[in-house]
Amino acid sequence: MTTRPLLAALVAAGVAASGGASAQGSLNVYCSAQVEWCQAVANAFQRETGVRVAMTQKGSGEVLAQIRAEAQNPRGDIWFGGTGDPHLQAAEDNLSAEYRSPNMEQLHPWAQKQAADSRYRTVGIYAGALGFGFNTELLARRNITAPACWADLLKPEFRNEIQMANPNSSGTAYVMIATMVQLMGEEEAFTYLKALHRNINAYPRSGTGPIKAVARGETAVSISFVHDAVTERVAGFPVGNATPCEGTGYEIGSMSIIRGSRNERNARRFYDWALTPDAQKLGADTKQFQIPSNRNAPIPEGAPRFENIKLIEYDFARYGQSAERRRLIERWDREVNSLPR
Amino acid sequence: MRRAALWLAALALAGVVLPPWYLVQDRLADIDWSGGWLTEPDHAPAVSQALLFGRWWLWPVLATAAAAAASLLLPARRSLARALAACGTLGLLALIIQGYAIGLGGWRFAVLEAVFGPLGDRQFGIGTGATLAALAFLWMATTGLAGLGFFRGDPFTAGAVGTVALAVILFTFLPIASLLSDAFRTSEGTYTLGALFGRLGDDRTWGLACLAGAPRCGVAWNTLMLALMTAGGTTALGLAFALLVTRGGIRFPRALRTLTILPIITPSFVIGLGLILIFGRSGIVNQLLYGAFGIEGGRWIYGLQGVWLAQMFAFTPTVFLVLIGVVEGVSPTMEEAAQTLRANRWHTFATVSLPLMRPGIANAFLVAFVESIADFGNPIVLGGNFGVLSTEIFFAVVGAQADAGRAATLALVLLVFALGAFWAQARITGSRSYVSIAGKGDGGVHPPLPAWVRRLCLGVALPWAGLTILLYAMALTGGFVETWGRDYTPTLRHLVRAFDLEWSARGLIWSGVAWNSVWTTVKLAAVAAPLTAALGIIAAWLFTRQSFVGRRALEFATMLSFAVPGTVIGVAYIYAFNVPPLELTGTGIIIVLCFMFRNLSVGLRSGMAAMSQIDRSLDEASFTLGGGGLDALRRVILPLLRPAIIAALAYSFVRAVTTVSAVIFLVSAEYELATVFIINRVINGDYGVAITTSTALIVTMGAVLALIQVVVGSRRIRRRAPALAAGARA
Repeated sequence: MTTRPLLAALVAAGVAASGGASAQGSLNVYCSAQVEWCQAVANAFQRETGVRVAMTQKGSGEVLAQIRAEAQNPRGDIWFGGTGDPHLQAAEDNLSAEYRSPNMEQLHPWAQKQAADSRYRTVGIYAGALGFGFNTELLARRNITAPACWADLLKPEFRNEIQMANPNSSGTAYVMIATMVQLMGEEEAFTYLKALHRNINAYPRSGTGPIKAVARGETAVSISFVHDAVTERVAGFPVGNATPCEGTGYEIGSMSIIRGSRNERNARRFYDWALTPDAQKLGADTKQFQIPSNRNAPIPEGAPRFENIKLIEYDFARYGQSAERRRLIERWDREVNSLPR
Repeated sequence: MRRAALWLAALALAGVVLPPWYLVQDRLADIDWSGGWLTEPDHAPAVSQALLFGRWWLWPVLATAAAAAASLLLPARRSLARALAACGTLGLLALIIQGYAIGLGGWRFAVLEAVFGPLGDRQFGIGTGATLAALAFLWMATTGLAGLGFFRGDPFTAGAVGTVALAVILFTFLPIASLLSDAFRTSEGTYTLGALFGRLGDDRTWGLACLAGAPRCGVAWNTLMLALMTAGGTTALGLAFALLVTRGGIRFPRALRTLTILPIITPSFVIGLGLILIFGRSGIVNQLLYGAFGIEGGRWIYGLQGVWLAQMFAFTPTVFLVLIGVVEGVSPTMEEAAQTLRANRWHTFATVSLPLMRPGIANAFLVAFVESIADFGNPIVLGGNFGVLSTEIFFAVVGAQADAGRAATLALVLLVFALGAFWAQARITGSRSYVSIAGKGDGGVHPPLPAWVRRLCLGVALPWAGLTILLYAMALTGGFVETWGRDYTPTLRHLVRAFDLEWSARGLIWSGVAWNSVWTTVKLAAVAAPLTAALGIIAAWLFTRQSFVGRRALEFATMLSFAVPGTVIGVAYIYAFNVPPLELTGTGIIIVLCFMFRNLSVGLRSGMAAMSQIDRSLDEASFTLGGGGLDALRRVILPLLRPAIIAALAYSFVRAVTTVSAVIFLVSAEYELATVFIINRVINGDYGVAITTSTALIVTMGAVLALIQVVVGSRRIRRRAPALAAGARA
């Protein structure tokens, strides 16, 4: 029979691909950073330690939902990247494990504070400010000046031209809502969001979806982290970025060990390793422009520096709480997302 | 029978004494196989669990296994059979009851806790030992029944019936039943009818506000509207194609027929991707329009129109395939009679041919309807703010709110739509009043189409075929340019990013981003394919060759399970298999099972079609010569079925690789599948890698099918009655 050698070849190839049982064991990584970065981190760790790494990339909201669903029986070991709020909630809901890395002292104060806020169940690995990305060619073609303030986004010329992610699945969009609430007060913020809704053409699932759409010219403006806009510009797209004049929020991209992880030893090894300057340099190597949390890691050239941005005092402890997050998202879903445009 | 009983008792005893009883969390290599596992609480077999760790609820299971062994001493054949049937049934019951009564948190039911007091212990999902014991008990029961004269006294038939029935119940009915119960559960965890009606009446599901000018209607209406539009459109197009190929007198009918292979080898969302590349805001059409006239294209492709267009492209080939059979099935005799009575071509076509095709056309309409409501890939890629049931279910599961009740209720609505279509289909294909192929021979030449109908068909079908090919070409080559819409310099950059290899001191590293998911897909699909084919062929053999009590019911139940949309199965699986006794979420096993039961129809239908062509007298000859059911199957039928088996293997492999809707819920970090990986890249706007990976998948699957075609084709020549009647996507 001709099928037998075929099947045998497939199976043999499959075994070869999995590399057999490795003496160093394995590690399952849920990754909420950009996929190139995730893959670089997975490959580098595997190269250095011989631990077999399985990585899957999903938005931070989705990973949180998955970890919660698997709480009885966790399948992942470590959660790398993604905005800090879902990580804080995982800590609050006892979904992540406490761990103090010996490398903690080398981190910036904001990263250490993130760890302290969560009672050492999560730690900051990078930071980045929220702002606008826009397609310079599209704006020029229409003679629209680029937005510089939150208020600009409500102008009629941006009708159907703005994208932001859906806060149900994206941590980025939640940071935006929490920022507006802290900036304007809750009632004002929702009035703003309702007015903004008219100018939005879609709420994609993923936080990086809108800036990719800007790069490709599918939409003119996006509400995104500014470092993601820099990534697109470096890739050769006509993308500009700005941070709002009223002030803006920021994210602390975080990392947590999942409680009940089956490869906890490797997870801790990964945790320590991911906080070293060498590992944090991988972000810049894969053209990511966040600010790394290790003080000795170089800030990537072209990264939007915090000293040039008007940042608000973002209250991570309060807006990272599950109840607060659920309340704000549900309110947004009910009062904003259901409105006609 | 005594020998079978000996083996089964040995299997049951081995199951409780040797391998780990519970699901092992570590890799098998990490277990201390030198003997230590016998006394480790995580890895111990049932005997040690009961003796050393006080898990008394395993005693009934152990006792029945011992009783089965003891019953071998019974001298009389009949009393042995009775004992086997009793032991098997009791053992299976004991296993099931303890499995469902005690879970991860002790007693699963408050009643039990009240009666027996708190348990102070817990148990995990069943492992190797429990699985072996369960199978042994099942076959003991069926062997015993056969010994008592049921199933015509044939133990193999009895065992096969038991296995198929248990498999269908466990992996189709149980998950769906538990999903339905979720729809009744309130957020506090109690079950009420009100919870279901509250959710059913939800404005987001059934709202009709869009008729009054509001932005969106309920998703149920969206789904229905889309499905009706798609079904209508694809049926019209498919009919045009079918008429042209069978009676249009065109020169290359085979070339058009190859179109039908496309939907089998392509993941459904590839069409959506191609449409974005053509009609998206930075797609070719808009760029040309802007370049030539300065017209700004809009975002119209995202929404109902876009999804509809994508589904039209995706499902027309499927409908075409169904309609070829219908159009060919109309007997020329009737048409000749009409012409003899001086009807002109148009008159014949309109009053004879078309009415005879009516039930077939209705069936094709329903096939397209079901494909459309079950489609997940295109709505998620192109939907924008337009939600349908399958995508809403997905968001209810993975969204930050993780609303299981809403997911279950929406799944229920989707299931009702699908079963409604299935019921209508069964009614239509079951009616015999339109049969026109009789025993008498006929000329076999269909009259040509009326001239203007032919022109109409040509005018519709050829441009559409051209568009379909263009679309596929775009979707396949779009990954080999720098950036679609901006920079059309050819590049292999995306391919390298997806499938890079690296040598390091520790050996080869598969450093491309797509390797992990592609290898996992191939491995799991390769494991699933032979199992799917085997189960399908055995079931086909039971349904066509054997008669036993409950055959019709089992056959109907199996067929019914094919009507369940993938999204529903996916959701049902994660909820049903997340907790013991069957604790499978996040493992490769659950994906293999999902592949098996989603694609069982392939093996079953090709098996049934092939078996109906093999005369029963062959079985009877084998029976007369003293062979049992197993001998007839193994020595007579299987050798004659070889092409059908190979086809079933190939198609179940290919369909497993290209499926999206069900498995998107089942993947984990360790077991990520290629189609899910691609969808996530598309959602992230990362088209380069998405397209190169789907190209690699499509090309590989095309090659697999071509290879199989060569193999099977050469066999066809030597045999007079070709047995490969299985429609590719029957």
